[in-house]
Amino acid sequence: MFDALSTRLQSVFDKLGGHGRLTEDNIQAALREVRVALLEADVNFKVVRSFIERVKTKAVGQDVLTSLTPGHQVVKIVHDELVGLLGGSGHRLATAPHPPTVIMLMGLQGSGKTTTAAKLARMYAKQGQHPLLAAADIYRPAAIDQLKTLGAQLNVPVVGDASMKPLEICRKAREEAATRGLTPLILDTAGRLHIDEAMLDEVKAIKAEIKPHHVLLVVDAMTGQDAVTVAEKFNTAVGIDALVLTKMDGDARGGAALSVREVTGRPIAFVGVGEKTDALEPFHPDRLASRILGMGDVLSLVEKAQEAVDQKTAEEMVRKLRENAFTLEDFRQQLKQVRQMGPLDQVLGMIPGLGKMMKGGAAELAGEQKDLDRFDAIINSMTPAERTHPEVINGSRRQRIARGSGTSVSDVNRLLKQHAQLKKMMKQLKGMEGKLGRMKGLPGFPSLRG
Amino acid sequence: MSFFSGLKQRLTDGLRRSQELLSAELKTVFEPDRPIDDALFEELEEILIAADIGAALAADFKHRAKEEQMFGTVTRADQLRPLFRRFLVDTLAATTGTLDLAHQPSVLLMLGVNGAGKTTTCAKLAAQLKDDGKSVLLAAADTFRAAAIEQLQTWGARIGVDVIHQAAGSDPAAVVFDAVKAATARRVDVLIIDTAGRLHTKSNLMDELVKLKRVAERQLPGAPHESLMVLDAPTGQNGFAQAAMFHQAIGLSGLCLTKLDGTAKGGIVVRIVRELGVPIKLIGVGEKVDDLGPFDPARFIDALVPEA
Ligand SMILES: Nc1nc2c(ncn2[C@@H]2O[C@H](COP(=O)(O)OP(=O)(O)OP(=O)(O)O)[C@@H](O)[C@H]2O)c(=O)[nH]1
Ligand SMILES: Nc1nc2c(ncn2[C@@H]2O[C@H](COP(=O)(O)OP(=O)(O)OP(=O)(O)O)[C@@H](O)[C@H]2O)c(=O)[nH]1
Ligand SMILES: [Mg+2]
Ligand SMILES: [Mg+2]
Repeated sequence: MFDALSTRLQSVFDKLGGHGRLTEDNIQAALREVRVALLEADVNFKVVRSFIERVKTKAVGQDVLTSLTPGHQVVKIVHDELVGLLGGSGHRLATAPHPPTVIMLMGLQGSGKTTTAAKLARMYAKQGQHPLLAAADIYRPAAIDQLKTLGAQLNVPVVGDASMKPLEICRKAREEAATRGLTPLILDTAGRLHIDEAMLDEVKAIKAEIKPHHVLLVVDAMTGQDAVTVAEKFNTAVGIDALVLTKMDGDARGGAALSVREVTGRPIAFVGVGEKTDALEPFHPDRLASRILGMGDVLSLVEKAQEAVDQKTAEEMVRKLRENAFTLEDFRQQLKQVRQMGPLDQVLGMIPGLGKMMKGGAAELAGEQKDLDRFDAIINSMTPAERTHPEVINGSRRQRIARGSGTSVSDVNRLLKQHAQLKKMMKQLKGMEGKLGRMKGLPGFPSLRG
Repeated sequence: MSFFSGLKQRLTDGLRRSQELLSAELKTVFEPDRPIDDALFEELEEILIAADIGAALAADFKHRAKEEQMFGTVTRADQLRPLFRRFLVDTLAATTGTLDLAHQPSVLLMLGVNGAGKTTTCAKLAAQLKDDGKSVLLAAADTFRAAAIEQLQTWGARIGVDVIHQAAGSDPAAVVFDAVKAATARRVDVLIIDTAGRLHTKSNLMDELVKLKRVAERQLPGAPHESLMVLDAPTGQNGFAQAAMFHQAIGLSGLCLTKLDGTAKGGIVVRIVRELGVPIKLIGVGEKVDDLGPFDPARFIDALVPEA
């Protein structure tokens, strides 16, 4: 649904013409695109405002690296800044000197607290610890049943009794953890609104008495602008130590995480990626930054490209493209280079204009990546003439090549078909001459050295 | 709408609270002597985005406003306010839908992403319809989530409505089959089917939903009479993708916008209504059975952008 930000930025710079240096003037329009992208990713508008200011300060006056386009350069600055803001990865919840380590979960209704409590219990049990769960939600119908069912599935004991007060449940759980030597103790609390004073008092009282070592705010990744208000209120009223971002297995861009992180200053500890109890992951800021920008994990490829680009090879390839002389030998070179860079579909998806054009084609090609060795062998079995003029390869030649390379005729057909497809795609690209000139610095093709 | 009868003051309170913020911020934009310039539109855009209404609608309004300016019909910033209200009214014009309860049984299918408020909305709606003198049956077709069946059963016991259910982990299609059969045999007025939360991006779960709909349809031609997507107000831009995907998969007849008792404005519904034409039929403003009511576009807009 969203064009990759880099593509959008590229068109901004295309309109402006070539620039060797980022200036206040020429990045204005680009920053506007960044702003819209961030807002569309649900980053709070106030957070966006200050973020853009910071990026502007960093960007103005920078020379555009010869291997990058101005669009990519801006994306890189934005991305680096985002990663910085999102904080370090692998935040771990420290073990308390005197067990049990107490972890309390809180958040809005339906954000995923109970599920996350079970996921954490599973994670710690896998690490050889003996967790205890406390079901302190006495309001939602069958909330205690829910945690008890999950606990039973995991073989983790659960303390909870709807006839007791939430604080009493937590108290009892802590005693039980102490006597049975169970740690960590994970407190699941009821969902509550950040403006519900009575309910905030309840959780404050639990915090004051039980003194959890880690208070985690559980935030739904699909949350919009309101995330800031919610996090701010919970943080001032109760205090937050770390964040859990749930439901990241969908297609929400997760900009709320940035907002929440910005207003609380707290690290994101875990990410929920499914309904099952094993669907919990440590947080990776670079992944989330790419996702917020709508560009998958490909950003690191820009960096790889920076190292891998060889201007001469690039120009040679562009020339060949122009002359429509993209041979099987070139094809093989491309496949080899691409293999050194990473997953083919990601690399191809990065090329402006190509990503959209290929839709599925990229995945298809990437699927064949396993077959690169076979392709190598096939091309080795061809005569030089066949490599430069694949159109001469008729049925009997196909059989010979298959035999010579120890592959099948259908493998040979597949290779030829792919080469033809790629060539066709490149022809289409050729139509976009302006863009092509600018593509020199991009990973994938046609610009890579091995 | 007759099932509205149980509604309390808190409905108004809840809705008002969630809209206060926006109207306060709009005040500074629609100052009479403020020049209508790019800065104004940028500010308005940010406010609308802050309400999760989104940048696209803001851009559209800007075009419309510029047009009016060109024709000289708008010269002062405060004249933008009625224009903006009219723009929103036009946008929400599709939201005149009420629940189709004209069948016996009327079958309502509740669906949506995880944790949006489906089960609670089923219970609230069942309670209100029952209060209105209708006979109601609930079906626990979320057989997946831990204690989802118990949750609906607890509600059912509390409000005095029977719940058709099977064991946890059983086939939800079988539950729907049973429920439609029971509802027909018992000649109840309304059957409300609670389904498991599912992300719109998971094709196997979307297929399952299509199957549930088909089973109901095969049992009772015309059913389900309502396929309602439950969406919570804190949801941001992703709410649109949700609605689009669910709409594409089974065809939505309406939305239920829940959790309006918080500070979130549920602005994404404006975009959903505008681009998909799916009306908002119910709003939820709390966790009690009374905290549900019909969506009233005029009031929504009044609260969003008060007349003065
Ligand atoms: N897809 C997906 N679903 C999740 C994730 N985490 C939780 N859920 C689902 O979200 C819904 C709500 O989760 P709960 O754990 O019940 O949420 P809660 O915060 O405890 O809810 P309340 O106690 O009512 O406030 C359930 O359907 C969960 O299965 C996740 O990471 N991905
Ligand atoms: N404040 C508030 N909370 C609500 C509202 N509607 C539902 N909830 C709460 O939101 C949480 C989730 O509600 P459920 O009805 O279990 O949501 P669901 O969509 O059935 O969840 P899954 O079946 O797990 O996908 C519960 O704690 C409800 O009490 C509402 O209008 N306002
Ligand atoms: Mg819970
Ligand atoms: Mg439910």
